[in-house]
Amino acid sequence: MAKKITFVQGNEACALGAMYAGLDFYAGYPITPSTEIAETLAVTMPAAGKKFIQMEDEISSMCAIIGASLTGNKVLTATSGPGFSLMQEALGYAVMAEIPCVVVNVQRGGPSTGNPTHVSQGDVNQARWGTHGDHSIVALSASNHQDVFRMTVEAFNIAEIYRTPVILLFDEVIGHMREKLIVPEEGEIPLVARLRTSLKEGVNYHPYLPREDGRLPMSDFGDVHRFNVTGLYHDMWGFPTDKPELVQDLLRHQINKIENNVHKMTFYKSYFLEDARTVLISYGSAARSALSVVKQRRNRGESIGLLELNTIWPFPAELVRECTQHADLVAVVEMNVGQLTQSVRLAVGDQQEVHLINRVDGQMIIDKDIKKILRILQGRGI
Amino acid sequence: MAKKKKLKKHVINREWCKGCGICVAVCPKNVLELDKKDKAVAARKQDCIACQLCEQICPDLAITVMVKYVEESASGDK
Amino acid sequence: MDVKYYLRERFFPHLWCAGCGHGIVLNALIRAVDSLAIKKKDMVMVSGIGCSSRISGYVDFHSLHTLHGRALAFATGVKLSKPSLNVIVPMGDGDALAIGGNHFIHAARRNINITALVMNNRTYGMTGGQFSPLSGVGTKATTAPYMNIDREFDTVELASAAGATFVARTTVYHVKQLQSMLKKAIKHDGFSVLEVLTQCPTYFGRKNRKGSAVDMMNNYRDTTVPIGSDKKKENPELIERGIFVDKNLPEYCQAYADLVERASA
Repeated sequence: MAKKITFVQGNEACALGAMYAGLDFYAGYPITPSTEIAETLAVTMPAAGKKFIQMEDEISSMCAIIGASLTGNKVLTATSGPGFSLMQEALGYAVMAEIPCVVVNVQRGGPSTGNPTHVSQGDVNQARWGTHGDHSIVALSASNHQDVFRMTVEAFNIAEIYRTPVILLFDEVIGHMREKLIVPEEGEIPLVARLRTSLKEGVNYHPYLPREDGRLPMSDFGDVHRFNVTGLYHDMWGFPTDKPELVQDLLRHQINKIENNVHKMTFYKSYFLEDARTVLISYGSAARSALSVVKQRRNRGESIGLLELNTIWPFPAELVRECTQHADLVAVVEMNVGQLTQSVRLAVGDQQEVHLINRVDGQMIIDKDIKKILRILQGRGI
Repeated sequence: MAKKKKLKKHVINREWCKGCGICVAVCPKNVLELDKKDKAVAARKQDCIACQLCEQICPDLAITVMVKYVEESASGDK
Repeated sequence: MDVKYYLRERFFPHLWCAGCGHGIVLNALIRAVDSLAIKKKDMVMVSGIGCSSRISGYVDFHSLHTLHGRALAFATGVKLSKPSLNVIVPMGDGDALAIGGNHFIHAARRNINITALVMNNRTYGMTGGQFSPLSGVGTKATTAPYMNIDREFDTVELASAAGATFVARTTVYHVKQLQSMLKKAIKHDGFSVLEVLTQCPTYFGRKNRKGSAVDMMNNYRDTTVPIGSDKKKENPELIERGIFVDKNLPEYCQAYADLVERASA
């Protein structure tokens, strides 16, 4: 069978990826520049017998998908900066109650209403620490539509494997740009189904007791096992507890299930890194420009390479260390004031000075912007 | 012949009872009272008409009025 | 009936204060579910935050204890994704109508088949007695030491105006009526709102010199009347009890199922 080749917006690619992943339930609220995800799903989901609901705000959208996940569904919401801010409390609930769900944030300029129709990557740290309390989170990114599709599918897979919310951190350029997407055939990207308990009725089921492999089999609301789900610290049955040892165990479990498996959820692309003396690190639409610079410079014989991160959180520190250890110059290309740069600096420690190449005026950073700053960093004048 | 609801016994869960006195106040026959430890007790069981209002209104879900159904005699019980 | 069949006994005695009306709501709710013969596995309780929300942890149903004010939003996800479930959402007055007010009116507008219980004790009990949107002008609270100047909502009027297709009010004093209204609200095919006046002797009662739990319950007896009572004409201050709205309009999950048919045709 011939592959289906489409010419779509990134937001449409995301919607298509979600459907491919087996999306059952979507709840959302319109917000630029993410709205096309909802608009696409409003067409495709009912036609496929799936549930689509437009809620009264982003808070309720996030809450509704959590509720729908508990009845056994793959769920999604999509938003942008201000809406993402509103979702933070419920996002923390999904972390605490270990509810698989996927949240798309098509980033725009902020804070506040900011720059709705222009690009930014200013929510990188909000994705990491936006909700209160100690926790870990998964956030994926993409610089082209093939990857948007792929990362969307992987987001659903990670959500199911680790019983966690996963954030898709796209940006306005990716969301609105149109380019080619080759829709993978069925089975081409493996899908992870929900892991359900095999325990029969009457056998004591513990929704929050991890198996040896760390996974927690679920039971759908409406099935035979009745348990409690709460945002409070809870025991293995899901009932509230404040026993110090249980509180600590739960917190550690929730963090460790992510941080101990960084390598299993790290997606990245490396370009010309084998002998690179100058290493650029980037993600999202900024990585397109960074790659363009790397290719231009490589053509002129410069030993420069790019590490494109598709996994932003948990931060792949080890990978970043490996890729930068022989470099003379490390620079992060991003459209914010250095949010991922901080993490790169922490990862490489004293070994390297890490520079920031950025643009924060609502315009996409392009090859010329990067080259200009690189010239200065490399001591080659303006 | 009609059957009549009659008291078998009051089962009061003393661990759950918080002694609010609502059952004492609502009982139409003044059967219940609070003891020295502020727990509900059926002090005048013989007056109970097995209406089960105390059981249904107890905020602590601490009262069960066990009842039996007996054939209503023509002359009545009293 | 055996109340304990429906309870998670290991959490008893419950955490509510002596004389708190919430336990009476729990008591009546269990009896209503029992008499409707709904299986426990088909029941979902979704609650928010506050004293009232703890009711969901005490019943042996599927229970979802969520965020302050957001219970109806979570419940909407549960219900729409699996319409065969019976979804009950117990909320406090602050939970339902302050922080959760927006979700309340929108759930009513959609007419999604959820039973919303507004357990109105006119205060925030869990945080120690602050005024709520149902406290009313002239009441006292820890955050209204000079008497409250905030006007209150009328839950019944609000729910009716927002489009709820079943709207009723009663009190914990009237347990038989409470049980029967709970049954009707659960059975109703659409969004049903039942406001239950329930006493908080610890905070609202003490701050406002309302006496003991028994006094507060007697007050419900004395200050409420059935809808249409002549007494209300003489004394407009009296609060009406009864079913204010009971109508059939397209239910949301059914409307969605119809939409799916249109979309896939």
